[in-house]
Amino acid sequence: MSFEINGKTYETDEEGYLINLSEWDEEAAKYLAKEEKVDMTDNHWEVINFLREYYNDYQIAPAIRVLTKAIGKKLGPEKGSNKYLYELFPYGPAKQACKIAGLPKPTGCI
Amino acid sequence: MAQAKFEVPKLKPYPVIPVLKENAMAEVKSFPANAGIQQALGFPGELPEDWHDVAIAKMGELLDKYRSFRVYMDTCVHCGACTDKCHYFLGTSDPNNMPVARQDLLRKVYRRYFTFAGKYFPKLVGAEDLTRDVLDQWYTYFHQCSECRRCSVFCPYGIDTAEVTMAAREILDTVSVGTKYTNEIIGKVHKIGNNLGLPGPALEDTLTGLEEDIKADTGVDVRLPIDVKGAEVLLITPSADFFAEPHVDSLIGYAKVFHQAGISWTLSSHASEAGNFGLFIGNYEQMRKVAMRIREAALDLGVKRIVVGECGHAWRVAYSFWNTLIGPLDFLDKRYPWPQHVCEVTWDLIQRGALTLDKEANDHRIITFHDSCNVARASRMGNMPGGQFFIPRAIIKSVANHFHDMAPDTIEEKTFCCGGGGGLLTDDLMEVRVKGALPRMEALKQVVDDHGVNFMALICAICKSQFTKVVPYYGFDMSMIGGVHQLVSTAIQLGTKQ
Repeated sequence: MSFEINGKTYETDEEGYLINLSEWDEEAAKYLAKEEKVDMTDNHWEVINFLREYYNDYQIAPAIRVLTKAIGKKLGPEKGSNKYLYELFPYGPAKQACKIAGLPKPTGCI
Repeated sequence: MAQAKFEVPKLKPYPVIPVLKENAMAEVKSFPANAGIQQALGFPGELPEDWHDVAIAKMGELLDKYRSFRVYMDTCVHCGACTDKCHYFLGTSDPNNMPVARQDLLRKVYRRYFTFAGKYFPKLVGAEDLTRDVLDQWYTYFHQCSECRRCSVFCPYGIDTAEVTMAAREILDTVSVGTKYTNEIIGKVHKIGNNLGLPGPALEDTLTGLEEDIKADTGVDVRLPIDVKGAEVLLITPSADFFAEPHVDSLIGYAKVFHQAGISWTLSSHASEAGNFGLFIGNYEQMRKVAMRIREAALDLGVKRIVVGECGHAWRVAYSFWNTLIGPLDFLDKRYPWPQHVCEVTWDLIQRGALTLDKEANDHRIITFHDSCNVARASRMGNMPGGQFFIPRAIIKSVANHFHDMAPDTIEEKTFCCGGGGGLLTDDLMEVRVKGALPRMEALKQVVDDHGVNFMALICAICKSQFTKVVPYYGFDMSMIGGVHQLVSTAIQLGTKQ
């Protein structure tokens, strides 16, 4: 499976996650967000950027608690909650935000 | 409220056996594992040319190896006692999800190749050849069974239907057919050590962050140690406890209990997973390989006890299989049970007055308890029959004032599955999961309406993830789902905030 933007082809797995993480760019994120029916705001981008930074350091998406704390620091304590992340990414911050950020899908009992 | 691409069942005030809808779920399938995933586990990467013979040979091997499997194939009299006991049948109305019918998908092939009547008079006894269509049907419907064994409770012959599902999945894997969800995860455990694929440095970073959180909340330095040699207790917990909400609150709860009791403990980066999906696919070698990491970690760290966190099927594997899978572990302290459930540890400490608990801290919660299938029907806790039902409830009642059980035919050994167990906790099976949760949701609604219940306590990572995802489809808030040790964590008094 794949999608194409401005002549560039992005390969995805059967669930729509990018296969080659290095292919990710903002255009791909916008496309994936649209597929997920997520309207990207600056706050969404804060989450996406943090996910990518963390992934670069640790080769895994951050735990939800790590993510909420980081977002709370950036956007204010009232936004540092799982509930707020679900407002941004209704299907769940772990899976939906990871997809838009071009990270692999977190697996397991989650 | 969650949006569904399928029809979400309506909650009814009393249970109704649905009118059959043939093939209602025939097209709902999990993504298959690709060649790379299968080969990493030693399975073929693609359907072999002689797949038919390979599958039948595997069935023969299982029949010889497991006497129980042959008995289950032979002994069913189609009495129908199981038909309306399965949450997936009740939620989907698909007749192939009646346990007897699901098993018959395998049994009809068994009859054809392994019984006298089926070999010579197949039509008379409902025996059928193994064809690609039958193989596809196995793939579909044996992944609409969560191996929860509720139907077995009602079977007059005691047929363990989970073993039949496991056998079917085992046969499928030998001809390359498995699900991406379960088999990719097993591969991650072999490679990285846990279902999530959480590497050691990320785990350490996460635990350090949690220590800071506890300090900020309580003013007390509670540690979440990892790879500490010479610790007394090795805690084996599902990796979801590190990663997900509300799971992490139970992890914090275990840490606070060990802290207050003064028990030295450690996690292990080598054995950072309690879950064992080898059980789900019915593959002994995979199950053994996953479990072996725990033996290796226990030996390496020199611990004296092994305690298992809130994970349903992990406790089944630990309680029922570790002894032969990875035992004996003679170096452990014989004064403690091996293995020990974290609920047994906490209940023991509560009885000895070793924990300072403020029940009123949980007064905002009106609590019910969901018995997780693998704990309820495949294990025990404590030294009395039914301890696995009594102990979690006793803990809840020791840390909170408001507790109400759900209807008697939906709890304890008759508990309904959450709808996401047995390797079905994947997004591509969301329809199966939402529909399968129906009976539990009906029982929950009753205590919500009658008693104002606003918290369903659990001791299983799969149940926690499944419910947080599916309760919104039925109009409930995901925040009402949490762990038993989350309640302990709320009540335990470590010290006053500075």
